[in-house]
Amino acid sequence: MTRNLSLLAGVVLVGLVVGTALVSFGWTPHDPLLVDASVRLLGPSGEFVFGTDKLGRDVASQLMVGARTTLYVGVVAVGIAAVVGTPLGIAAGMGARWLGELIMRVNDLVLAFPALLLAIMLGAVYGASTLTATIAIGIATVPSFARIARAGTLQVMSTEYVLAARAGGRSRWWIALRHVLPNISGLVLVQSSVSFAIAVLAEAALSFLGFGTAPPTPSWGRMLQESQELLAVEPRLALIPGAAIAVAVLGFNLLGDGLRDRFDPRLEVRR
Amino acid sequence: MNSGAERLRGGRWLGAGWALAMLRRILILVASVFAASVVVFAFMAVLPGDPAQVALGVNATPELVERTRAEFGLDRPLVTQYLDWMGGVLSGDFGTSYVTREAIGPQLVDRLGVTLWLVGAGMLVALLIAMPLGTIAAVRHRRPSGTAVSALSQVGVAIPAFLAGIILVQVFAVRLGWLPSGGWTPPVRDPVEWLRGLILPALSLGLVQGAVLTRYVRTAVLDVQREDYLRTARSKGLRPYPALVRHGLRNAALPVLTVLGLQLTTLLVGAVVIERVFVLPGIGSMLLDAVAARDLLTVQAIVLVLVAAVLFVNFCVDVLYTVLDPRLRRSW
Repeated sequence: MTRNLSLLAGVVLVGLVVGTALVSFGWTPHDPLLVDASVRLLGPSGEFVFGTDKLGRDVASQLMVGARTTLYVGVVAVGIAAVVGTPLGIAAGMGARWLGELIMRVNDLVLAFPALLLAIMLGAVYGASTLTATIAIGIATVPSFARIARAGTLQVMSTEYVLAARAGGRSRWWIALRHVLPNISGLVLVQSSVSFAIAVLAEAALSFLGFGTAPPTPSWGRMLQESQELLAVEPRLALIPGAAIAVAVLGFNLLGDGLRDRFDPRLEVRR
Repeated sequence: MNSGAERLRGGRWLGAGWALAMLRRILILVASVFAASVVVFAFMAVLPGDPAQVALGVNATPELVERTRAEFGLDRPLVTQYLDWMGGVLSGDFGTSYVTREAIGPQLVDRLGVTLWLVGAGMLVALLIAMPLGTIAAVRHRRPSGTAVSALSQVGVAIPAFLAGIILVQVFAVRLGWLPSGGWTPPVRDPVEWLRGLILPALSLGLVQGAVLTRYVRTAVLDVQREDYLRTARSKGLRPYPALVRHGLRNAALPVLTVLGLQLTTLLVGAVVIERVFVLPGIGSMLLDAVAARDLLTVQAIVLVLVAAVLFVNFCVDVLYTVLDPRLRRSW
């Protein structure tokens, strides 16, 4: 029962973030980039729901547009990782022994470069931006997908229906597309949700360090960084974007948990 | 639990097969570190612009740039530069910074010391949180207290470590004034100050990782609880916790160990951010300073050390695996 609850809670929280981002395209209470010294550091009020920051920008509007940045990073990074990692994992699971070995060795090597480190390296070379951070997070996430896809593929390849298909003379491609991919798609979906949460955290950390989204584009991580100097007077400026990050990460983690339950019957007993 | 040591002395453990597998693992580790060094070097070599020019700034005369290039050997072919760099690294010489003109190695060792204290203390905090809480959450998984622990750990996972750090500083340093808000005192100079300075950074790192770990400990203990041998232990009259301690924890340790290895990596990277929050002179702040100063040789050295550390940790996890679970030795 609690498991269905996590799926529900995950959908609600993720829906909240996605909804906020979508609404921000059409409407925000104020211009998130409008600097106005006359309304600096106002507390929450009817006009400014979450107050204003040190430049007089509306925190609520920044938060809404920041949701876009978060989702953009997550979608693109996880997209890169899934599109590159899943076929590699399938190839490693279905292909010749040496190929599988080679792919997994390279995989382990990439795994040794954490997202943050890659992003700092990329940022040092090409200049820090949302894009370099996103690509770095994407590359660093490829191994997770390759691993999970390979494990799933090995399982599918040992089933009788695959044996039957092979005996029937079906090509490897046909088996990969017809049997393997559909059967591991659940695993990939779960991994996507979990990786999304990790990507959101990584983007926040990178923006906090100055290696992610550059000003003036609103980003939750950078809002946190900018709030740091004013923490003693205005803890609200750190807590609000911090809570937004936590909601997004919690949402995608719960969604992942809930999905895992739907797709992995072996966990049935745990309910 | 000490049967592992007995098995170490047994013939099976020191068998030729195991030694061969071990050798293979070590070779893979060495090859991986070399491959990583090539990647790091190549990455820095494709940099648009010339490192000497970058280090000297835009106002440097062409002559000065040429001289600096010659001085640091940047005019040689890339392969020669790589071999020279790697040769130096193997003998502990990471070269001389183009920017500060100081040897990188000694500074790296100094800074690494700070980071290792931070990571070690963070790991300790994470373990102290996760082991008891994860076990409680598993044993009471049908009761409200167990569910509460699970929910709490879910929320903990979602909080960025640096946010935890910011909040902890705000409460314990700024408001209450109990602990310093940042800075580093070497343990040899003043152990008490050192410990006081380490508490908040270690908590920031460890709380979040502890939440992550709690979930894995819970799952591992849940799995073990369903095993027949634990049911047998319970039917002999052992209470739930003693039964777990006597029979379950060693088995639960396996999956947890993998996560611990991964977490050590996360902690190492997380330290980069936490060092920034608490102004600690660790390897992370050294990396960020080097990037800001466009000190590429230093960046290269730090990245290599961090990546090598990650590879080494993964290697250790693999080896420890076979110590804890003899069944895995055959499949190695």
